[in-house]
Parts: sequence; structure tokens; C-alpha cells
Amino acid sequence: MTKPTKPAPGTEAAKAAEAAEGAEAPENVVPPIPATSPAAPVEQSTAVAAQVAATATTEETVAANPLRDPRDKRLPRVAGPCVLVLFGVTGDLAKRKLLPAIYDLGNRGLLPPGFSLVGFARRDWAHEDFAQVTYEAVKENARTPFREEVWKQIREGIHFCPGEFNDDGAFDVLSMMLKEIDETRGTGGNYAFYLSVPPKFFPTVIEQLKRTGLAKAPEGSWRRVVIEKPFGHDLKSARELNAITNAVFPEESVFRIDHYLGKETVQNILALRFANTLYEPIWNRGYVDHIQITMAEDIGIGGRAGYYDGIGAARDVIQNHLLQLLALVAMEDPISFDADALRREKEKVLRAVQLPADLSTGTARGQYTAGWQGGEPVKGYLEEDGIPPDSITETYAAIKLEVANRRWAGVPFYLRTGKRLSRRMTEVAVVFQRAPHLPFSKDDTEILGQNALVIRVQPDEGITVRFGSKVPGTAMEVRDVNMDFAYGESFMESSPEAYERLLLDVLIGDPPLFPHQREVELSWMILDPIEEFWASHGKPEGYPAGTWGPASADAMLARDGRAWRRL
Amino acid sequence: MTSFNLTGTTASKISSTLTRLRHQMGAPAIGMVLTLVAVVDEAGQYDAVRAATEAAREHPSRILVVINRDPAEPNRLDAEIRVGESAPGEVVLLRLYGDLTEHADSVISPLLLTDTPVVVWWPGECPKVPAKDPIGQLAGRRITDARSAGDPVAAITGRAEGYVPGDTDLAWTRLTPWRSLLAAALDQPIGKVAEGVVEAARGNPSGPLLAAWLSDRLNAPIQVSESSGPGLTAVRLTVAGGEELKVNRSDARLATLSKPGQPDRRVALARRPTSELLAEELRRLDPDEVYASTIHRLAKKPRS
Ligand SMILES: NC(=O)c1ccc[n+]([C@@H]2O[C@H](COP(=O)([O-])OP(=O)(O)OC[C@H]3O[C@@H](n4cnc5c(N)ncnc54)[C@H](OP(=O)(O)O)[C@@H]3O)[C@@H](O)[C@H]2O)c1
Repeated sequence: MTKPTKPAPGTEAAKAAEAAEGAEAPENVVPPIPATSPAAPVEQSTAVAAQVAATATTEETVAANPLRDPRDKRLPRVAGPCVLVLFGVTGDLAKRKLLPAIYDLGNRGLLPPGFSLVGFARRDWAHEDFAQVTYEAVKENARTPFREEVWKQIREGIHFCPGEFNDDGAFDVLSMMLKEIDETRGTGGNYAFYLSVPPKFFPTVIEQLKRTGLAKAPEGSWRRVVIEKPFGHDLKSARELNAITNAVFPEESVFRIDHYLGKETVQNILALRFANTLYEPIWNRGYVDHIQITMAEDIGIGGRAGYYDGIGAARDVIQNHLLQLLALVAMEDPISFDADALRREKEKVLRAVQLPADLSTGTARGQYTAGWQGGEPVKGYLEEDGIPPDSITETYAAIKLEVANRRWAGVPFYLRTGKRLSRRMTEVAVVFQRAPHLPFSKDDTEILGQNALVIRVQPDEGITVRFGSKVPGTAMEVRDVNMDFAYGESFMESSPEAYERLLLDVLIGDPPLFPHQREVELSWMILDPIEEFWASHGKPEGYPAGTWGPASADAMLARDGRAWRRL
Repeated sequence: MTSFNLTGTTASKISSTLTRLRHQMGAPAIGMVLTLVAVVDEAGQYDAVRAATEAAREHPSRILVVINRDPAEPNRLDAEIRVGESAPGEVVLLRLYGDLTEHADSVISPLLLTDTPVVVWWPGECPKVPAKDPIGQLAGRRITDARSAGDPVAAITGRAEGYVPGDTDLAWTRLTPWRSLLAAALDQPIGKVAEGVVEAARGNPSGPLLAAWLSDRLNAPIQVSESSGPGLTAVRLTVAGGEELKVNRSDARLATLSKPGQPDRRVALARRPTSELLAEELRRLDPDEVYASTIHRLAKKPRS
């Protein structure tokens, strides 16, 4: 990449240039973006100014608030007064994750005084009815214990606005309601709109927010929009969706949820890599043999036939979660953990990803057939309710990728995901090369595998190191053993849910854990050729439910002289 | 929960019993992140162990409880070891008799987890200079609790005297939700605060501490006035124009925040159990500089 010429460091000119650039955006790390690249970052230059405006209630006023002190680490980050408007409150995500997460945030003292929640749905409800729905969702799914006073605080701010998305009147009412809330609750015109609705309604809702002027923040306040995956189903639709969103909300006000990034272990990848000296020296092609990233589910598609069919495993999981994990594991160290620096490194890595030359041997896909899953007989995909009997949607996908840069050249990244596999498990395994020379007899190390460092993302969050150890009592028999670390227990109250972290970050306006549109587009660029190839090459291979996927996936690794980890 | 009693024992026997129990349970290498030593008397033992075990869910720890018994008895060390399935980490209750009560550090130091942080907590009475105490010297973090002193306000006012970086007091920890709420309330500027009042129950050490923090940060006189409690009941900050920011809490659970030009709002502000206070302490083990400047401010201020 070409760097603009800079005055020699240390000179007055250099200092002046640095001052002019502003500490936030050191230009020398911006990768030049080729013309063909996704969503040219026009906002980047203006982003800093805009960001300051957008987070006016946090950063700027912190400077003006004498009670804030950077040394005071006990004081949690608390959002400023605001309203969360939730579309799709009757949905599964709202009841299972979002409403409970709001309560849990309140319980941890992280919601601002006056925080208000507005539900929007096509139900003839009064405020009390929605409060009751919230109450039940909290009782059932909240992580932290129920406390009457926390509920009272949240209950006070609960409102409901009935309506259809294409009903102008309903949005006019919403607009008035929000104005009123600003007065009665002191929320200062700060609104976050959470679209927990099927993506086909995004355009309608966003258009309504534009029409009513709700998307436009008056001076000194902010408006943000939160969208859930899927972000399109290919590059083209992702761009269309983004064009619609960006026409109304500027990029820095758009928060795209990839809930994996809210998980503690996933953030821990950054700590593990960049806070230690132990791993970074071996985190490269000199020592790493290959990397396996797995998200296995034991469930089938459940009631989501309408969403899932035609989408499939790769679009549903690889495009977002697995490629984000790949980016975090493979990226270079960011200059800081702010959003710009982090996203830039992730983009660089995604840009360097290369597909296998032959997609027929470098990818595999499958579809589950009837079988036994964990002791119960289960249906095959084609027999599930609402699935056409000739569907060619894959429920299992595995792909082999390379990252073409100095660190990773020649190291394959194997990504796999599937439904109705034998168990639920998400992990990233960095598998190291065999020792160059083993001063043992061949028999002694026959069962010695490769060293591995495994980041367990779920369900049992933690880190495992796999290495060879002498079997006690033998002359010199060496076999693989595992060493586990888990910080606290996964059941414990104090490990926050991903959605808590992400909701809080939205309300604070802190974007590092949200993928940028450019990352979304780069990921589609990786996946689109594979999807096209699959679409024109027959049907996915069947695999019995409760097994570890189709034979072709095993063959894909076997050709490279490797095997999937048995999870 | 497996529990095991050793009477007339030594640190090395305790250590090997711990290892054996861990192996028997099939979990020889669990990821414990720190050693928490609680120095407490027999009466306070039950609550301290409970709070520490709860906190260990967030921070898996080896918990060593030092209970000094009759110094007039012959020297003896009794140990009760609890290794649980229900909680991560392990608990050892140590009962010391005779001259050994003066040499608890000789028992503790071989039982500390290797090369991980050590935290000492005195739920009840504490030494005047915690960092000079033989057990306190083993630790990087020393937690006292002014509330359990005979004169809590005098205790917290005197903390500055023996302060060494790494000291904290639970009277300070109890303030975090209040401080957080007040800081959030001032995120939207209200103008220069001219004076203020903190209302607290008589003898509550957190009251004067909060007043000291506010006056330190706001550079304004903050009075402490007595209320019928429980705990802290109100903070009122008056700005130059005479307008007032108020936080009122009458029931120890729900507070009302009133700000000039804004509607009143209710905020959950419950008093927290000791386990949560302890968990907050264990989250960050670096010296708390804001606590340090607050207790020094408090020590300088004439008591009201
Ligand atoms: N569930 C998950 O675990 C999960 C995970 C990742 C991403 N997501 C994404 O999160 C979003 C919500 O997911 P979900 O599972 O909660 O979906 P869902 O259960 O299908 O709920 C969708 C919501 O949209 C509302 N809605 C649909 N059509 C409407 C219309 N014409 N007018 C008004 N309201 C309408 C529904 O209200 P009615 O009750 O009136 O139909 C319901 O509240 C989707 O974008 C999804 O892709 C979900």
C-alpha cells in the first residue's frame, strides 16, 4: 500500500501534521480502497466529527462532568438518558433475549435514570399489557434474580404503541409518544430503534422513521438504528439493504448485531492474542498447521422453515459468525481497540481471504436426513413442516479458505457449520504443526496428535490447550492431554449475556463490537461464488441426523492429510 | 460439597489433603485465579464464608479463613477443608490456638496459590495499618470494613493514616451505585455546584465518605446530616442559582432522582449483599486512586 509522503518524524512539520490529523484517525493505517471495493468509506473522513456529535452525551460531557475521572474504574459505563423503541416485541428474539437483557442491565445499574422502552406491534394492547408481556419475559428468561425495585424502575418507563408497519397513523402516534416521553422522562430526544422484525420489513419501517422525521436527530441528541442479521442474502441484496438504511441513517448510527461479538470468550480472543507474549510468536504459518472454526447445532430448523429454506447454513452462519471469528483470529494487531482501528484490521484480513481454486473439492455441503439425535428419533430436513420435498437448501456447510498474507500464506482455515449434528458446540481450534523431530521411537508417539489451542465459545466457555504428555508408568509413551481454563462458571450470574453488552454499547454509542457494512460486503464477496457454484451443481449430500455431517466434508480434509476435530 | 476435618495439623498436611481431595473429585487442575484470605472471628465466620464463596463464582478462588481462638490454650492448628461441586474453588477454615494466633502468616503463606494475586479481607476488626500486618503483607489488595468498627465514622476517617496503595474499604464499595447515579445525573451539566448535603443514618461511615468524594470532585463544601436511615438516604446538590439536584432514598431500595427542569425519576438503588461488594473488589486489583484521594480529603476535613 502506498503511503502519502510525510514530513520526517519529530520535526515541527510532522508535529503540526499530526495535530491536524487528530489523534482519532491516524491516516497511515487506512488501507487504500480500490474502486471495486465495497461501500467506499466516504464517511471515514467525516466520521470523526460526526461521531463526536453522535456521542455528545457521553464522551464530551464526561470531560465536563467533574464526577467522572478516568482513574475511577468502579464507575460503570452508563448510557445517557434515552428511549429504546423495539419493533417486533412479540417475536422470539424480543422475548428470549432483548427484554430480559434490558432488565439485566437495569439490575446491574447500567440503565440511565429515565430510560424508557417503547414496544411497537400489531396488537391492541395498552401500556399495561406490554408491561405484563415484558414482566413475563423477564421472569422467565432474565439471567439475574428478580428484584422488585429494578422492575419498578423499568416498569415506569414502559410504553406501547399499537400498529402495522405500513400504517402512517401509527407512526405519527409513535412520534408524538416519543415527544411526550422526552417531557415526562427527560430522555432528551435520544432514541434507539431496534428492528427485531423479519428483514423484509426493514425498508418499510426505515421509510416510516424517515417520513416522521424520527430518524433525524435534532442538535445535541442522537438517533440510532439496530438491525439484526441477515444483512441480505448476497452482495447485491446486502448493498440494497444498506442503501435503504444509509439513505436515512448515517453509517455511524447503524448498529448491526452479530451477537457472537458480544460474547465474553470472543472478546477474550483479543486479550489472549494481544495481551500475552506466549502465543503471538507462534501465531503464524511458521507454527500453525491449520485452523478449524466450527459452529455445530444439535437442533433442526424448528419453526423457522420460512426463514431457513433457500437461505441455508452458509448464509445463516458462515457469512457472519464464522467469518467474524476468522477475522478476529487471523487479523494483525490493531493500534487500539477503538472501532476504526479494529474494523480496519478485520477488513484487511477479510480482503485477503481467498477461495479454493476448485470449489468442488474445497467445499462441502449436506442436508440432514431422518435419524437419531441424542437418543431421540428426528425427522429429516425434507420432512420438516413447510419445507418443499425437493429443497436443495444445505443444512451443513464446510469451506476451506486461505488468508493470503505473509502471516498466513499456506495455512488453511476450515470453517464448518451444521444443524442436527451430534452436539451443540462452537469453537475455534488453532492446530499446530508436529514437532520437527521426535527423539522418541515411533511406537512411543504413535497416538500423539498435534498441539492445539482451542477457544471454546459455547456452551462451555473457556480455553483448552492440547499437548503431549508422558503416560505415567510407561517407559516413554506420549499421548495427548487437555488443559482447560474457564474464568468463572458459565452458569454464574455475573457473566453477562451477549445481548446485554451489545444493547449497552448501542445506548452508549460504542461501535467496536458491531460489524461495519464493509465487513458485511466483504463477507458476501467470499460467500457469493460458493453459493453460485452450489446452486449450479446439484443437491447437497444427505447425512443422518445426529452424526457429524456428510462424508464429503471428511473427504475434503482427508485430501489435505487432515481430519476434523471430533467434538 | 466434600468436607474434611483435620485437628492438630500443619500447613503441609492441609496442602496435601487439598490436593488429594481435588484428585478424588476428578478435577485436579481447575482454573483458580486468586487466593482470598478472610481474617475473622468465630461469630463472623459463617457470613464471611458465605459471601466469599458467592464471590468465588465470579472469581474462582482458594478461600482461606483465619479464625483466631483462645491465645491462652496450647498451640494448635485445626483445619476444615471444603471442596465443593456446588461452587468453584475451595475453602479452608483455619482455627488457631495459643501463640500460633500471633503467627497466622506462617500457616497462610504455604497455602497461597502460586504466583497469583492474594487478597486479604477483614470483615470485622482490622489492623491499624493493614499493609504492615503479617498477613496483610502477603497481599496485594487489602479490604477492610469500617462499618464493623466500634466507631465506624472514626474508623473511615482514620484510614488515610495507615493507607498504602492496595487498601480499600467496603464502606467505599457500598457507594459505587450512588456514585454511579450521581455521575450519570451530572453527565448533563447542571452548572457549578455551590454546596451540598449528604444524609445518612447516624454512624454510617459511607455518608462522610460520599461527602468527601463529592467535595473533592466538585470543589464545594458538602455537609453530612443525620437521618433515620437506613444507610444513606439522600444527597442534595445546590447549584449557584439555588436550584437543586436531589437523590432521595427512603426504603433502601428505590431512589427518586430530581433534577432542575426535569421530571422526577425513580431508580433502583438497593443496598447490596456483601458477596456483591466483594465480587466488585475482586474485579480490579490495581490500587484505587480515587479511594485514596477521597480518604485523604476526609481525614483533612473537620468532622461535622
Ligand atoms: N430469534 C433468534 O434467535 C434470532 C437470531 C438472530 C437474528 N434474528 C433476527 O432478529 C429478527 C427478529 O427475529 P425473531 O426470531 O424474533 O422473529 P419472529 O419471532 O418472527 O418475530 C418477528 C416480529 O415481527 C413482527 N411482525 C412481522 N410482520 C409484521 C407486520 N406486518 N406488522 C407488524 N409487525 C410484524 C411480529 O409480530 P407479530 O407477532 O404480530 O407477527 C414479531 O413481533 C429477525 O430479523 C431475525 O432474522 C433472530
